[in-house]
Amino acid sequence: MPELAQKIRDIIKPENIVYAKSPLMNDDVMHYCPGCSHGVVHRLIGEVIEEMGIQDQTIGVSPVGCAVFAYKYIDIDWHEAAHGRAPAVATGIKRVMPEKYVFSYQGDGDLAAIGTAETFHAVNRGENIVMIFINNAIYGMTGGQMAPTTLVGQVTSTTPYGRNVDLNGYPLRITELLAQLPGAAYVTRQSVQNAAAVRKTKKAIRKAFEIQAMKKGTAFVEVVSTCSSGWKLSPVDSNKWMEENMFPQYPLGDLKDGTRADANDYSIKG
Amino acid sequence: MAKVRGAVVVDNEVCKGCNLCVVACPSRTLALNRDVNSKGYHYSYMENPENCNGCTNCSAVCPDSCITVYRVKVE
Repeated sequence: MPELAQKIRDIIKPENIVYAKSPLMNDDVMHYCPGCSHGVVHRLIGEVIEEMGIQDQTIGVSPVGCAVFAYKYIDIDWHEAAHGRAPAVATGIKRVMPEKYVFSYQGDGDLAAIGTAETFHAVNRGENIVMIFINNAIYGMTGGQMAPTTLVGQVTSTTPYGRNVDLNGYPLRITELLAQLPGAAYVTRQSVQNAAAVRKTKKAIRKAFEIQAMKKGTAFVEVVSTCSSGWKLSPVDSNKWMEENMFPQYPLGDLKDGTRADANDYSIKG
Repeated sequence: MAKVRGAVVVDNEVCKGCNLCVVACPSRTLALNRDVNSKGYHYSYMENPENCNGCTNCSAVCPDSCITVYRVKVE
């Protein structure tokens, strides 16, 4: 149909662009599996940094895990941290260069397992950093082993009969715990399974960076994500599985929105 | 009422055929191609281009940032 082809050619012109890839995103093809939530969150971070115009003032700290190569995809300064230590490294960078925007990008194996101490103490100190937490309930990079956030009954390569509470304990809702800490300013849980959720997550990430600029305390954004390879499902089925099983355990929404606690509330009297 | 028409351009070599844009498309414009790209993925394409209204839902959910969306108002 040459008429239709001509019509489409008329639409595809630079002045008609409503969405194009952010110039902050490099041309490297992402190494993530098809349908991985990491790609969406990377893109949202790139778009937020571009819209805020802080490309030359932002330093990311990439974790150990699937997102270890995050520095290849967003055209900003990056630092690599040892497994779980991204909040500690981000603390150091932020203290040496307080005018920069510093964020850590971590998965659940990194942030909620090996890096629990660094995570808790960075938030408890109320460091002015942004922490982005990708919770896909599994160790994706190493072959789908059980993570602290794995759901009860979920089959992984180390829990072939499903996670058993007697043997493996309960899923760790670390975001709820962090919301209790006085240093936290903004704690939220979002997801990226459809376009509406993606837009909400982008707003949350933008708010987190703005809170860092206002020096209110730690901003923590959890993104409930899929791992289709680890879960052995197609990307579309993974999103369905996440909506049915993850959301009841990890309800979406803001857990804390304010500023870090006043020091007077915690100081000795007299 | 002004009618809106859109078009989607998919970077075939970057697309991994995850199908998320096809599910996210409210107007059933997109589908996975029967052909594959050099990596063997069935990349996404406009199966029904006349349906597209340029809503950008597909580009919002694309994990590989391989979708560019265009939109025009037709009087």
